[in-house]
Amino acid sequence: MPKYIVKRAFMAAVTAFLVATLTFFIMNMVPGGPFLAEKAVTPQAQAAMEAKFGLDKPLSEQYITYMEDLMHGDLGPSLKKRGRTVNQIIATKFPVSAKLGGIAILVAVFVGVPLGSVAAFNRGKFLDNLIIVGSTAGIAIPNFLSSTLLMYFLSTKLNLLPSMGLNNPVNYIMPVIALSLYPTAYIARLMRSSMLDVMGQDYMRTARAKGISTFKSIFKHALRNAILPVVTYLGPLLASLMTGSFIIEKIFTIPGLGSEFVGAITSRDYPMIMGTTIFLAVFIIIMNMIVDIAYAYIDPRIKLK
Amino acid sequence: MSEYLVNIQHEKLSFFTPAGEVKALNDVTIQMKEGEVLGIVGESGSGKSVTAYSIMGLTAYNGKIMGGTVEFNGRRIDQMSERELRKIRGKEVSIIFQDPMTSLNPVYTIGNQIEEVIRLHTDKKGAQIHQRARELLSLVGINEPEKRLRQYPHELSGGMRQRVMIAIALACEPKLLIADEPTTALDVTIQAQILELMQELKEKLGMGIIMITHDLGVVASMCDYIAVMYAGEIVEYGTAEDIFYNPQHEYTKGLLKSIPKFHEKEYSKLVPIEGQPVDMLNPPKGCPFAPRCTSCMKICLNRKPEKTEFEGVHYSRCWLQQKKEYEAAMKGGNN
Amino acid sequence: MEKKNILSFQLNVDDFVPASSEEKQSLVVMRESVSFWKDGMRRFKKNKIAMVSLLVVLVVMIFAFIVPMFYPYGYEQQMKGSERLAPMEYSADEQARIDAGEDVFPHILGTDQNGRDYAVRVMVGARVSLTVGIVASLLILLIGSTYGAIAGYFGGMVDMVMMRIVDILYTVPDVLIIILLATTLKFPLEVLATYPGFSWIQKIGPNMVSMFLVFALLYWVGMARIVRGQIMVLKQNEYVTAAKALGANNGRIIKKHLLTNCIGTLIVTTTLQIPSSIFTESFLSFLGLGVQAPMPSLGSLASAALNGLQTYPEKLFAPAFMIFVIILSFNLLGDGLRDAFDPKLKN
Repeated sequence: MPKYIVKRAFMAAVTAFLVATLTFFIMNMVPGGPFLAEKAVTPQAQAAMEAKFGLDKPLSEQYITYMEDLMHGDLGPSLKKRGRTVNQIIATKFPVSAKLGGIAILVAVFVGVPLGSVAAFNRGKFLDNLIIVGSTAGIAIPNFLSSTLLMYFLSTKLNLLPSMGLNNPVNYIMPVIALSLYPTAYIARLMRSSMLDVMGQDYMRTARAKGISTFKSIFKHALRNAILPVVTYLGPLLASLMTGSFIIEKIFTIPGLGSEFVGAITSRDYPMIMGTTIFLAVFIIIMNMIVDIAYAYIDPRIKLK
Repeated sequence: MSEYLVNIQHEKLSFFTPAGEVKALNDVTIQMKEGEVLGIVGESGSGKSVTAYSIMGLTAYNGKIMGGTVEFNGRRIDQMSERELRKIRGKEVSIIFQDPMTSLNPVYTIGNQIEEVIRLHTDKKGAQIHQRARELLSLVGINEPEKRLRQYPHELSGGMRQRVMIAIALACEPKLLIADEPTTALDVTIQAQILELMQELKEKLGMGIIMITHDLGVVASMCDYIAVMYAGEIVEYGTAEDIFYNPQHEYTKGLLKSIPKFHEKEYSKLVPIEGQPVDMLNPPKGCPFAPRCTSCMKICLNRKPEKTEFEGVHYSRCWLQQKKEYEAAMKGGNN
Repeated sequence: MEKKNILSFQLNVDDFVPASSEEKQSLVVMRESVSFWKDGMRRFKKNKIAMVSLLVVLVVMIFAFIVPMFYPYGYEQQMKGSERLAPMEYSADEQARIDAGEDVFPHILGTDQNGRDYAVRVMVGARVSLTVGIVASLLILLIGSTYGAIAGYFGGMVDMVMMRIVDILYTVPDVLIIILLATTLKFPLEVLATYPGFSWIQKIGPNMVSMFLVFALLYWVGMARIVRGQIMVLKQNEYVTAAKALGANNGRIIKKHLLTNCIGTLIVTTTLQIPSSIFTESFLSFLGLGVQAPMPSLGSLASAALNGLQTYPEKLFAPAFMIFVIILSFNLLGDGLRDAFDPKLKN
């Protein structure tokens, strides 16, 4: 286990380094600096600004400086939000996104897993078909569509729910539905097929031959095996919720990290773009590691290496 | 109380698949007393497992008993609810499956899976259950039971796992143990060990055993009676001696010829049974073995053979035997 | 007793004549043995849902690629005075022409704020989305299967290094990189397009090319993993050893023996990759990072419709419905192909 963590930490560092380097050079391929877009900036003022942030130095030197700061966990200052560092911005915006994403994951798992299992137990019957149709439709609706349609019907037409911000718990309803629709449907499908697979396994027959009740054999013997693919999916799900939230945050005007990132790209706020990318990359790697550990806990056959 | 532990009369069982009704069992009758060992021999799909599973009501969800009766210990299994069946399964009838690699749940320890069945069917509590689990592992010849109980199935070898399966099956001292090809998935040396263990346990515990196998060699050493099944029917039934030294049905003869015999001085050639098993979706109307039978006659193609009884319990279903009797009868009539 | 029993059957001596082997054979109802393709096609044709999805995909393709060529309006064509028409509404100018007895093709879905016919824009948008989806999936197929096949075939150290690279790419937050690349790649591509031999970039549009590149660069990872797994299993087969013994070189073995044997998997994975590429494309276009105006894409149409959502909801519904139908039918088609050709892939 400690060996595994060291190994994964090393992998994480390599990935973070690659992401940082990649982002750095990709961004510098773009002609035009961050201050060009602003009107009424005299060449002198621009030069001063560039000098202040070290943008006048050669690229290699900028890169080294950035990497050195990164080692100390310093993501640098924001170019656009004067006087604030990237670290500060992430610290205030990330919790907003994380809370939304976290709720969406919980919804996806706690709705998707039972739906998929129920479908499997009713294989071929009406309920199964209903869940199959629903979940197949669910994975065909991109979240920018589900959110805009939800907003149009529930907020604009029926005026049931607020369409902006996150001030009240009710504000969460639409963004969470929009964000969790796809993963819920996906988990339901995954769970259905893995449950069907598990139900055909020899050890389920053994459980039946032992005289164990259906209820117990489902909860003890089937569920723990059937949930494994879902656990594997949690890693990519996390990444997709993070990215999905970009759009959700934009549509529902939620002040999260996603909308901040999109804003930073359009305004070419280099340190902000790099900082967010690296931060999210590391965050996702850590989450994947936690998922792996959870997987090994559920399935004793897996040895963390 | 019935005199038979297992009493199956004219059982018909079908599976309903998308492709149509598969008549897996066609008039199967088996009787077995307590403490006896019955071998059921046949190739895959002959219905040998289905017959045995129906004694504990373990038919797949799309299977249905279409006729006949299944009794265990004087009680009608085919009329029991799932709830009543659960009280019998694992307690009075237990089963060992073919593949020990997949028959144990990979995510629970050996101990957990043995203790589960003890907890379910006995009044034992806590430490007693654990004690019993340890005893069982020792009984099936597993060393260091305490350590093994804490291990997961993947940490044990195939032979070990089959021993664990046997331990689970014996946990509540069943009256009947069904062994569904218990050695097929194992290495040859391990096979012998497992068979030896079963023989030993039978002598020690005295339960009835139904041994399902496609390997006549396995049943030879253990079984009191042998039923040879083909395409959902028992084509020949008798004591082990009847079957080995006086086989009557062409299929049984074929099976015997296909066993390698090393003790014979001259190496007789192994004779395979030509052809394919019957397609159970479209069973032939005559003798199911007819298309593969070297002595097939016209009547075999059109009409199912009747039972011909020989000495003792021995019987077979083959027109050749009928023919002999018919000729004898004709002769008798003429005289 | 016994004798009477037998006589009651009324048996005939003729019945006991040995049967000929023809007679025996006539009894055996053998299922005909069929090839992999025939068998798969038969299963596929039986699957109603898959057949309907195939039909829908074909209809959508006709609307996306063929109908716009004959459509009376172009997707860039701006009609003065015809801005923001409701579905089936005519502008004053067009009404006058109709009154004058002229035939005017209706704006089935109305027009947008620049007076462009919305129906043709949705169709062309579907064309863009489909093109991106299909081309990107083919690129992914090409890169992923080659990479996976090499890693799986050579195994050992080669495999180790190649799969570590895949692992790292797998942990990279893909959409972040995609957004980055989508925003930045277009400039170097525009520069590249000015060089001789690269003018095709300008024709297709640097945005579209950058989208292909981005997808191809990042999404082959999943395909590579699947192909590698299959190859690892397949290469154990005797016919591979036999081919080696006969002196076939590695490239030929991979191409001829290994990839052809996982063609079912390749087809299924590629088909299922298409909707996922379309998904990402529409997502990027929705963010304004996709294809360039005036070229429409379903995502950018949906995004543009947001501003007038209150008054012109149909401007959102039309592209939204198209996206839904395309993704749904490709998913169902892929599921059907998988069930027919590659049941093992189910999980």
